[in-house]
Amino acid sequence: MRAYAIHAGLLAILLALHFTLPAYHHGNLARVMVLASYAMGYNLLFGYTGLLSLGHALFFAAGMYGMGLGIQHLGLSPAPALLLGLASGAVVSGLLAALALRTSGVAFMIVTLMFAQAGYLTVLYFGEVTRGDEGFVIQQAQRVLWGVDLSAEGNRYIAALLLFGTCLMVSLWLVRSAFGRVLVAIRENEDRVRMLGYDVFAHKLAAMMISGGMAALAGAAYGLLFGYVGATFASVQYSIFPLLWVLLGGAGTVLGPFIGTLFMFYLIDLGSDLTTAYMLIAGVALVLLTLFAPQGVMGEVRRRFWRELP
Amino acid sequence: MLRLDKVSAGYGRAQVLHDLSLEVTAGEIICLLGRNGAGKSTTMRAIMGHLPLMSGKIWLDDTELSALPPHNVPRAGVGYVPQGRRLFAELSVAQNLEIGLRARGNGPEVREDVLTLFPRLRERLGQKAQTLSGGEQQMLAMARALCLRPDVLLLDEPTEGLQPSMIAAIREVITGLRDTGVAVLLVEQRIDAVLDIANRVAFIENGKGGPIMSAEALRADRSAVERYVGV
Repeated sequence: MRAYAIHAGLLAILLALHFTLPAYHHGNLARVMVLASYAMGYNLLFGYTGLLSLGHALFFAAGMYGMGLGIQHLGLSPAPALLLGLASGAVVSGLLAALALRTSGVAFMIVTLMFAQAGYLTVLYFGEVTRGDEGFVIQQAQRVLWGVDLSAEGNRYIAALLLFGTCLMVSLWLVRSAFGRVLVAIRENEDRVRMLGYDVFAHKLAAMMISGGMAALAGAAYGLLFGYVGATFASVQYSIFPLLWVLLGGAGTVLGPFIGTLFMFYLIDLGSDLTTAYMLIAGVALVLLTLFAPQGVMGEVRRRFWRELP
Repeated sequence: MLRLDKVSAGYGRAQVLHDLSLEVTAGEIICLLGRNGAGKSTTMRAIMGHLPLMSGKIWLDDTELSALPPHNVPRAGVGYVPQGRRLFAELSVAQNLEIGLRARGNGPEVREDVLTLFPRLRERLGQKAQTLSGGEQQMLAMARALCLRPDVLLLDEPTEGLQPSMIAAIREVITGLRDTGVAVLLVEQRIDAVLDIANRVAFIENGKGGPIMSAEALRADRSAVERYVGV
């Protein structure tokens, strides 16, 4: 219960910030919460199951395009469009998992990367439908969910908080469940888990589909809340980002992805105010953090202060 | 009863086991003895389904283990404690046991039985496995395998690197299991470590089965030990 209370405490702080933050940071934090939801999905696969994917942009984009194309071409309202986005991500992650999980280690990374690149090129190739590199805007009138205008800043923040809170609590529940323990055991020693009578492939498949589904939901929400669907979100950059966020925040910790996303977001934001070479600042900070906190921020917190931190 | 029927297996094209046959009956301890590289651990991996058989079959009573996918072998009733323990270091003692219990749908009563065998683990349930001593880790590895409530237990050098008091405790558990009807296949390199608890000793050399002798016969005539183990 203590773990749930602490995580609920973070949600309470984020809710309080809704009433106190200046507009600029209010918008930033909404964006961070959606991206952190994406990172949490990634963390389930990488941090807890030990599978390093370089293709999660495919799932994020599948959710975003599933939602966006559903609105643009099928005339769906936001709720079924979100569901379509989630379903797209779950199906795509299931199909990719069925193929990629036949490999491991570096081969798994390469296979996931290649499929994500194929997805990116598909978005560009079918430009008539997807508007290619340019992407497309979801109009304000198309972003009204159950009478709530999601383009309004306050509503957008609350919607992002709801998404983040759901992903946070689902992640926490999952990693503390018996299923979650098996995922950690797979990360520790896959052969040993098999020798104890578990179908490792089925567990990894489930983990990848849950991870992909969460990434897709975040992608769909991002498109809906910020009103834009574009090919950039399918590019390799968006496969690398969640890896960095999770590493910075602490792989295999529930709060790590949020901390990592927040840190990286503001590092780039503040760095770009100082210099055009802001990625250099980000790079130096990453190197320093890797040197002095190799397990990430929350990983260090767990190591030094609270060993039971989920 | 566990039965290996002319089993040949290996790694890729490299054949390690050559027509190996062996039977382990309920309520007995068989020690598989041989030099380094003789094929002892390979035999265990073959039983667990982690090496594809080139020929032969492996049976547990009427179930053909060699026809099952590897994850179904433990569910059929074979517990395995590999060399080097291989615990889930980041998980606690309780969580390690929970994973063993869940695999075969066993509940708290099995957990209680196991903790009765290893009372020291009860005191360390919340502790991470990586913080246990070597002997306690070995106990946990055995306890986790016993959470499956196996009919056959495979133990790969369970006393390796342990202090004498731990070795005595583990030997006591192994004989206790035998007395409850569990069939135990034990791999060891040191004959003295097992001769007084094993019922029979099966020798293996270059992946081929050697003589199978009773412990009494071996105590009376150690020439086979000199030939197959070289001590």
